[in-house]
Amino acid sequence: MIPGSFNYHAPSSLDEAIKLLEDLGEDAKILAGGHSLIPMMKLRLAEPDHLVDINGLSDLDYIREEVGVLCIGAMARESALEKSELIAEKYPILKDTSEVIADPLVRNLATVGGNIAHGDPANDHPATMVALDAEVVVRGPGGLLDSGGRTIAIDDFFRGPLMTALAENEILTEIRVPCPNGKSGAAYKKLERKVGDYAIAGAAAVLNFDGDSCSKAGIALTNVGPTPVRASEAQDALVGTAVSQDDADKAGELAAAASQPVGDHRGSEEYKRAVVKVLTSRAIMKAKERAAGGN
Amino acid sequence: MATQSITLKINGESRTAEVEDRLLLVHLIRDNCALTGTHIGCDTTHCGACTVLLDGTAVKSCTVFAVQANGREVTTIEGMEGETLHPLQEGFMEEHGLQCGFCTPGMIMSSKHLLDHNPNPTEDEIRWGISGNLCRCTGYQNIVKAVQYASNKLQETTEEGGE
Repeated sequence: MIPGSFNYHAPSSLDEAIKLLEDLGEDAKILAGGHSLIPMMKLRLAEPDHLVDINGLSDLDYIREEVGVLCIGAMARESALEKSELIAEKYPILKDTSEVIADPLVRNLATVGGNIAHGDPANDHPATMVALDAEVVVRGPGGLLDSGGRTIAIDDFFRGPLMTALAENEILTEIRVPCPNGKSGAAYKKLERKVGDYAIAGAAAVLNFDGDSCSKAGIALTNVGPTPVRASEAQDALVGTAVSQDDADKAGELAAAASQPVGDHRGSEEYKRAVVKVLTSRAIMKAKERAAGGN
Repeated sequence: MATQSITLKINGESRTAEVEDRLLLVHLIRDNCALTGTHIGCDTTHCGACTVLLDGTAVKSCTVFAVQANGREVTTIEGMEGETLHPLQEGFMEEHGLQCGFCTPGMIMSSKHLLDHNPNPTEDEIRWGISGNLCRCTGYQNIVKAVQYASNKLQETTEEGGE
């Protein structure tokens, strides 16, 4: 399958990339890992006139901690997240997520930023980032700050299937994840039919504890709605509990009720809700185990 | 029709080509360079038959544009053999790691990436490492053995080399 014709641009700086987007307008698409975009172009589901390849912007390829926040640059590959010691030690939920995305070859090129900017509710990082209360940093020619940068809360980022808060002339440059604070743990669970497939459903759970009592919970779901679904009632139900198996199961039921799955070749609506219930409960119990020092 | 002039190294040999922007790397390798060891299987980023190394990293060449390889180094199955077969190639022969052979070039390139980063993988790590490559004949059993064969042989060679 041959993609439609387009003009390829390889800017050597972020400013140059933004200038290109500004000049080329809605006919341009950003090429990062390309593992969602290129298959779509081959199927002619996407036919951009221009591709702006940001693979040369190596200053956007980083995973580092600043004060109180983990910063993931737009060009950080999934495989880098998967292999990072910092991630394995302090943010195992991100390792959980990266290592179930597509397959190892895809992850060698696919980026965390692309997984989010694509806005596909079937992608795995969106739910994880919602549960983690992440922020998305974008750069464009205008905006709130002098540099044209703005920060978007993750709950405001996803607008619908393949639709995000990104303007046509903006580039996602960084994802910011709050550092774990005090006693906390997080986990992501996904059910897929085979390696490389999208989730039948996925559940991310982030728990904070005050002593033995849950003080804050983040629960979000993959591929059971037009955007990643934040299961607010499940979160509320966990706060104040000791997160027993019963509490986790109850939260799983509330998450299943909050999900909006559509029956397809991956299963019926009823089946997917049952999967959400089980995965949410498992993610919660794994998060609790990690908060207690397990891995 | 947008075209670019690109220069890249394929299996150590420098090549310059005038390519259409939309040309996929796998088509550059097979059609422009006549290196047909790299196969096109699914053409949808699933099967891994088209796997090559791009600056040493295993990627599916049906999902990379040729222009993206400008200034970079590509290694295909043809680049694996030196004066003798590479231990991975030998392993696939000795352990019967193939039947129809269509997936084999991709399997070998993925395994090369795996062994470069993890010279002594467990069986689980091998299965994980080749999970982006589909084989419809073997059931994978002998492919895993072939990679183990190569891992052992490469380590013996390293030890003999006194490193």
